[in-house]
Amino acid sequence: MSDFGAAGRAAWGLITSGDPRLFEIVLLSLQVSLSAVLIASLIGLPLGATLAVSRFPGRRTLIVLTNALMGLPPVVVGLVVYLLLSRAGPLGELGLLFTPEAMVAAQSILVLPIVIALTRQAAEDAWRDYQDLLRSLGAGPLRAAATLLWDIRASLATTILAGFGRAAAEVGAVMIVGGNIDGITRVMTTAIALETSKGDLPLALGLGAVLISIVVAVNAVAYLLNEVSARRHG
Amino acid sequence: MSAVGPHPVPLLPLQLVAVSVVAGGKRILDRVTLNLDGGLRTIVLGPNGSGKSVLLRVCHGLIQPTSGHLQFNGPESLNGHRRHAMVFQRAVMLRRSALANVAYGLALAGVARARRAQLATDALERVGLAHLAHQPARVLSGGEQQRLAIARAWALRPELLLLDEPTANLDPSATQAIEVAIQAVHDAGTKIVLVTHNLGQAHRLGDEVLFMCEGRLAERAPINQFLQGPASPEAAAFLKGEMPWK
Repeated sequence: MSDFGAAGRAAWGLITSGDPRLFEIVLLSLQVSLSAVLIASLIGLPLGATLAVSRFPGRRTLIVLTNALMGLPPVVVGLVVYLLLSRAGPLGELGLLFTPEAMVAAQSILVLPIVIALTRQAAEDAWRDYQDLLRSLGAGPLRAAATLLWDIRASLATTILAGFGRAAAEVGAVMIVGGNIDGITRVMTTAIALETSKGDLPLALGLGAVLISIVVAVNAVAYLLNEVSARRHG
Repeated sequence: MSAVGPHPVPLLPLQLVAVSVVAGGKRILDRVTLNLDGGLRTIVLGPNGSGKSVLLRVCHGLIQPTSGHLQFNGPESLNGHRRHAMVFQRAVMLRRSALANVAYGLALAGVARARRAQLATDALERVGLAHLAHQPARVLSGGEQQRLAIARAWALRPELLLLDEPTANLDPSATQAIEVAIQAVHDAGTKIVLVTHNLGQAHRLGDEVLFMCEGRLAERAPINQFLQGPASPEAAAFLKGEMPWK
């Protein structure tokens, strides 16, 4: 327990001192994870809503598949992206391995099924209420999907937060495709893993505290925005 | 005045020929043959599960008949917008202002942005909601939401408006406001087909009655004749159940 106390005090000192190393790592973590969430949302929100309102053969299989992919192991995604981007791989010429871009790609793949599956679920629940009205007014599947997305935007905030949580917390994928290179691809989770194995517990714990604080702060802001929106639009 | 210029061929009459709907092995509509023309306000009466709602949905194209067919006199849509509209039992409000709810339907019908606000405002005025145009639709009362649904359905001046129990679960004053709105729509030249369980409402708003029973069209009669002395034994039993004091 004394380890915790000492490490905790040291962590607090690190945070309050404004250590540039820490700041750099936190910034890159946010850049990578937020970019991944943005990309996954741009693709996943329309796909999820379209999946909710359209009927085609194989739809159920696709739904089960996306639901299952929510549990993709990050290390496996990291490995696959690694193989794609490695020098001998099909995308090797891009020279993206061990760059933040590769980390964004890997995290986008991890987050995408979450965004699709949760959007599909929320949109389908709303579709039960909206279906008659939107069909009556003459909305085709794409228009209906866009309308649903706008009307369920409050619950989509939770969907996107779930995606952000997944990206910010994972270590396996960014470790493999980023390589945890100091000053280039080192993010909070990979730094925590490294510092723990080196025995530098204060830095590891300090990073852990920052990571948790960021996730809590992001969720708090989203919750408040939701409240304001609910009060204004009913 | 029409929103889209003169209609070359009137939408009505609508002809249903031996229309049946079967779902889950159950015959919900049973060979309904019917001619609906403009002018008269038509009330659809009948016990629960007699096929009233399904009849409206078939007319509106939301449900395809299992057998039989229906035929409008004119094309069902003109310049990209449908010439018949429907108001549902439970009003679904989009999460935006009352005015934007009406404008949304206009946008789907391909009305230019510049004209939407004017048409939507006209429709809100017609149902007495102009003063609430900029309120979020979801915070309106149940009765106001249903009037908004009527305005949304009517904004493009459809020639036929189908209403499925629009006053179910509403109090008398809200019901009265909706009846005024429906009458205003009728006065503007739209054919009204109204499903209701409220015999007083049928009497106030109706010219003629379609009486449904077990998926069949059991009787069709002028409203007063129907209420005073229905011809079919099913209708007599229904009225006796609805008006036990008589």
